[in-house]
Amino acid sequence: MAQLQSQQVVLEAKGLVKYFPVYTKGIVLKKRVGSVHAVDGVSFQIREGETLALVGESGCGKTTTAKVILNLEAPDAGQAFFEGKEIYSTLKRGTTAEKLALRRSMQLVFQNPYGSLDPRMTVYDILSEPFEIHRHVPKSEWKERVYELLRMVGLEEYHAERYPHEFSGGQRQRICIARALAVDPKFIVADEPVSSLDVSIRAQILNLLMDLQKQKNLSYLYISHDLSSVRQISHRVAVMYLGEIVEEAPTDELFARPVHPYTQALMSAVPIPDPETKVQRIILPGEVPSPINPPPACRFHPRCPYATDICREKKPEWEKIGPDHFVSCHHWRKFF
Amino acid sequence: MTEIKEGDVLLQVEGLTTYFFTEAGIVKAVEDVSYDVRKGESVGLVGESGSGKTVSALSVMRIVPKPGRILQGRVNYAGEDLLMKSEEEMRKIRGSRIAMIFQDPTSSLNPVYSVETQLTEIMRQHQDLTREEAKDRARKLLELVGIPEAEKRLSEYPHQFSGGMKQRICIARALALEPDLLFGDEPTTNLDVTIQAQVLELLKKLQKDLHMSLVMITHDMGIIADMTQRVVVLYAGRVAEVSRTYDLYKHPRHPYTEALLAAVPRLDKRKVLEVIPGNIPNLIDPPSGCRFHPRCKYATEICKEKVPQLEDSGDGHLVACHHWRELSLRAEE
Repeated sequence: MAQLQSQQVVLEAKGLVKYFPVYTKGIVLKKRVGSVHAVDGVSFQIREGETLALVGESGCGKTTTAKVILNLEAPDAGQAFFEGKEIYSTLKRGTTAEKLALRRSMQLVFQNPYGSLDPRMTVYDILSEPFEIHRHVPKSEWKERVYELLRMVGLEEYHAERYPHEFSGGQRQRICIARALAVDPKFIVADEPVSSLDVSIRAQILNLLMDLQKQKNLSYLYISHDLSSVRQISHRVAVMYLGEIVEEAPTDELFARPVHPYTQALMSAVPIPDPETKVQRIILPGEVPSPINPPPACRFHPRCPYATDICREKKPEWEKIGPDHFVSCHHWRKFF
Repeated sequence: MTEIKEGDVLLQVEGLTTYFFTEAGIVKAVEDVSYDVRKGESVGLVGESGSGKTVSALSVMRIVPKPGRILQGRVNYAGEDLLMKSEEEMRKIRGSRIAMIFQDPTSSLNPVYSVETQLTEIMRQHQDLTREEAKDRARKLLELVGIPEAEKRLSEYPHQFSGGMKQRICIARALALEPDLLFGDEPTTNLDVTIQAQVLELLKKLQKDLHMSLVMITHDMGIIADMTQRVVVLYAGRVAEVSRTYDLYKHPRHPYTEALLAAVPRLDKRKVLEVIPGNIPNLIDPPSGCRFHPRCKYATEICKEKVPQLEDSGDGHLVACHHWRELSLRAEE
């Protein structure tokens, strides 16, 4: 993780909301009976060269947040800005050139490198397809650029002629990263990029992502449920629970002083590879409630060991409790 | 079978070799694997995908799927060789003496039977119980694994439970006949961290209360540190190192263990991740000699030529490396 040079905000999300409708069964008489509150008022900023990690358990809305930012899912409310430009209105009403330029600046790396590469295309085809779409590289230079991309992610030139099935998981993920880099983006969403890889391969990919960030001053939104890898790669961390961000802080600050009871429980639950370090585990009762009918007021209160009456009645404010450290909990003063 | 006291060797695996005869070639999944498990002890089998950790457990239970075959070795369980048993005899041992829980609870429960049926089936298969007795035991089991309203939930079906709850049901089913040995094959990998913490605590408590031996199969060095007393490190189908858990983290003797520990990110501190170069080898054509040599920074000529044998490096700490004497490997500070 490199030190930040710049304070320039690259990406900003403001009050993003995404609900998915739930219908009753039946084809003819479909009735909307509720909605999954996947993302409910999420806001954050990512600066130039910075990695913001979005962590949380399955179903908390991390991936939906990423999809909404890239407009792969249209948001129900809220705005997102890329370098000051509103993303949704640009993609809706902008000129073709504006749309392409915006799409080029923001790229995505998926969790499963087995499902995100077309098995019938060679690596050369996969990596040169972006050139064909965006036309930012003259055809005479394609070959050289593909080789350059391969070298950049630690593969060899001869790999260009091969098909995805000839590669291991880690190598495939390198190809996915190379494809994202093919259009010279400024911002990359990495959605659990190492979760499907083996332990000895994860370090390779994490280091590659960090090296590339340094070289190209990239900004990342790193989505993960694995707090140990988050600690390595990110500058700031936002913790999500049931569609909302409950705490946000610089990485070292968050790991040293987690304030929100959910963050504390999440961290204490991760087993540490050292038999000498014994953590006092906070075992949360129950499970993440259904996002169709999230609990009122503070959404964490049914599982929170410190919940009081106010937590059941009033939604906690998003409060600043330190430099860059925000939390939404009525009782944060107790833990700070 | 002979009675085994606390602390005696319960399971002894010796020179176990299991290959898969596929169309693409012979996959040498497990080769010459030896380890033992004492009564009441928890042992970790740690390794990456393809290291042979699951297949070695399946071999002990003799449930290796086709085209896999156990070629060699001995599996001594309470004084008897399981590989010599007839299928009939094995059926009596599976579930009652040795049980297993799997990674994906959804696919190890049958969706069309109620929880009660799935829990009582194994009891009535092995023991002469009436329906009522079996149901009563099933209810107690659900309470034991921490499922609230056990009575009501017995008649429900797997899809009505969450992932963590399904895994609890699998644990209940595995414990139904109070086995002496429980294999947990990545039992928490599919679960969220907070649910994983619940299930790990449960397993720890049950192991203690029931005086079971537990073999935890996992790739997570954190779970190993938390749950086990001794560890068997597997790499590409062979044992690399066997050690007490504490010693493994403090004084690793095999270069693979050292590299693995350095490559795993940690929650409690930021560190420079050291990369293990290359990829996990293909087991149809594994590297000659020591299977780790192409990725090992200490490899020399002998490593390419000769397979290192497991040697006792003192104090029961076994290591399979030609160079363990010269190397002073670095543990994390």
